[in-house]
Amino acid sequence: MHFRTRAIHVGQEPDSATGAVVPPIHLAATYVQPAVGQWGPYDYSRSGNPTRKVFETTLADLESGCGALAFSSGMAAIHAVMMLLEPGDHVLASWDLYGGTYRLLHRILSRNKIEATFAPSDNLERFAQAIRPNTRLIWIETPGNPLLSITDIAACAQLAHQHGALLGVDSTFATPVLTRPLELGADIVMHSATKYLGGHSDVLGGALVVRDPELLQRLWTIQNATGGVMAPLEAFLCSRGLKTLELRVREQCQTASILAQRLAEHPRFRRVYYPGLPTHPGYAIACRQMHGGFGAMISFELDSTPEQAKRFVQSTQIIQLAVSLGAVESLIELPALMSHASYEPAERAARGISDCLVRLSVGLEHPDDLWNDLTQALQKALE
Amino acid sequence: MSFEKPVSPKKTNFQGLATLAVHAGEARQKAEHSITDPIFCAATYTFEHTQAVLEYLDKKVPREEYGRYGNPTEKVVERKLAALEGGETAILFSTGMAAIAIFLLAKLQAGDEIVLFDECYHRTREFCTKVLGRFGVVTHLVPACEYQKMESAITPRTKLLMSESPTNPHMSVVDLEQFVAIGRRHGIETVIDATLATPYNLRPLDWGVDYVIHSCTKYLAGHNDLLAGVVIGRTEALEPVRKLRGVIGAISDPMNIYLLLRGLKTFALRMERHNQNGLAVAQFLANHPRIERVYYPGLPSHPYYEVARRTMRGFGGLVTFLVKDADAQQTARIVDALRIPRIGPSFGGVESLVEQPIIMSYHDFTPAERRAVGIYDNMIRLSCGVEDPQDLIADLQQALEK
Repeated sequence: MHFRTRAIHVGQEPDSATGAVVPPIHLAATYVQPAVGQWGPYDYSRSGNPTRKVFETTLADLESGCGALAFSSGMAAIHAVMMLLEPGDHVLASWDLYGGTYRLLHRILSRNKIEATFAPSDNLERFAQAIRPNTRLIWIETPGNPLLSITDIAACAQLAHQHGALLGVDSTFATPVLTRPLELGADIVMHSATKYLGGHSDVLGGALVVRDPELLQRLWTIQNATGGVMAPLEAFLCSRGLKTLELRVREQCQTASILAQRLAEHPRFRRVYYPGLPTHPGYAIACRQMHGGFGAMISFELDSTPEQAKRFVQSTQIIQLAVSLGAVESLIELPALMSHASYEPAERAARGISDCLVRLSVGLEHPDDLWNDLTQALQKALE
Repeated sequence: MSFEKPVSPKKTNFQGLATLAVHAGEARQKAEHSITDPIFCAATYTFEHTQAVLEYLDKKVPREEYGRYGNPTEKVVERKLAALEGGETAILFSTGMAAIAIFLLAKLQAGDEIVLFDECYHRTREFCTKVLGRFGVVTHLVPACEYQKMESAITPRTKLLMSESPTNPHMSVVDLEQFVAIGRRHGIETVIDATLATPYNLRPLDWGVDYVIHSCTKYLAGHNDLLAGVVIGRTEALEPVRKLRGVIGAISDPMNIYLLLRGLKTFALRMERHNQNGLAVAQFLANHPRIERVYYPGLPSHPYYEVARRTMRGFGGLVTFLVKDADAQQTARIVDALRIPRIGPSFGGVESLVEQPIIMSYHDFTPAERRAVGIYDNMIRLSCGVEDPQDLIADLQQALEK
């Protein structure tokens, strides 16, 4: 069956007791057991919950994994992966990375004597040079956040495995509609389900999908022990989101590519970062590893003062000023002051996140409505 | 963004509908600056002091009072639905039938008459003939799309002309120009249940229809996980309907309202896919040797193809068809052989659903009664969801080969 059909049906069997076409929401904290020492399929909702299981089953299928685990947030999911590591281990990470991941690696993990280095994963030679004998995990984001850099997943998988490390991919921006990292050799794919999977800006969630049952078991043990699980109502809303995932992502990609084109042609927008533009350094890899679209995130620099850039993002009328992304409504923000504020300023500058860099999450609105909004905001910003 | 109502009738501006689906009716800055509207699980709303109660009662200060009269999130949904239809006011109900029933009860009284095209959801027909009949309202059933017969059925007591468009399950499409003209000639209000069309494909108010009714359970909510109904029209004309809803209390609950609001965000997107899937499946069936007839207004062979093309943008996901030389059991075997669509009533959700009308909706009818309303033993109604059209067609192919 095709992706879209599986997104609607896999794991979504009608309720066997009532025939309800949508599986019920199980809010139960605990489950009654048949006898002492005999366990039913569920015992306590931290260890497993039928509604969470539905979402995990569908997502695992969409990502071509053997199983999935749903977490209370994307960061809880990443943290669970990091708990596979031990003191003395080393993580090599992309440097075009969500600020929250950077903060976790840079400030929290370092307390446990787990060291992280950040290097440009879109330059494989430089990236490989940062590998150490104790590197146990390579963590990449593709497309990267906020510069939309493209990392070759298959090449990174090879690199990781040569050095006995796991490859984890934060595929939040790509979604399984466009890219399926496990098929390219990655060991773990991670999503902030808050974004495209949930898709409506009304759920916080995270997910991990893996292809090795043994790794799934290890991650489940960590999840069960630490407890950052997705709640049943959120899992229901995420499942509901998956049913329109492909429709949303394809439409959003189309609109984004129209907008990226127009931004690139406009004299007041400099440096448009969008992997679907042939001028993007990762275009060739993106064509190979993203199917049917290049995502719906665009970053660009305004040819302006930082003050004008601020005014620009505050002047849109349809597009709303907020962090987060991937939902039906378009969002805009300044990474330097918002999503990537947790970076050290020097780090930010080194990576090319300038104060005039704008990140746009393209929603489901009509492309002309969004374009008109951007141009009127530009006019106000430059007044 | 085209929030405003198109000025000239018949020239529906469908552009911008996707933007309206996401944003219309919502405040740009919401409570706590949240990007989504909150769910208010409040049964009642409190007043700061007695004076505030008096101001609310005497000066009609707009605010909430009690859950049966309204809910803040419900107002957002109502504004969004009104914007999508290009109407002034929308009133939400717990189900589509509650919308129809309360609308008719508010508009009619003993001695009044309505003229109804007979191809319609059987519960609508039942409510009109049996329930309203007990209260002295007379319903004249007229064959669908027979405008002269509709006009001849009008008497000085006729208060409403009503139809579905497209009709369920025959997919007949009403020529709204003729329908409205009859109403105008006789000074009678018109109402269209456009559940099968949705404002994505047809906007009856642009054609001069007075009221539009939807079962939101179907395409508007779109996920087969809630029930709701709506009536849309002019604010003043709908005032009695809103009041009666407050008395009877067939309101949507807060969680339901939120799920409807969430469903509406992808409404335009889903409809585009339902239209594509419906057309692809209808074309496949029309060319299949085991199929006797396909009822889908997007096919040139459909008697209302011209009307549909003139008035609708697309034709939806519902496809009804007759299996050649098949009896009820043989037809049931095809239904049972389908693997993707599940057997169940309702339609318009992301999951495809299938039913055999003689069993699902007309089980209690005699064969003669069924024939009278055009329901045949070999009829199947398929609601195409938003799955991949190739998967649906491959599934039908294998089921028809059995």
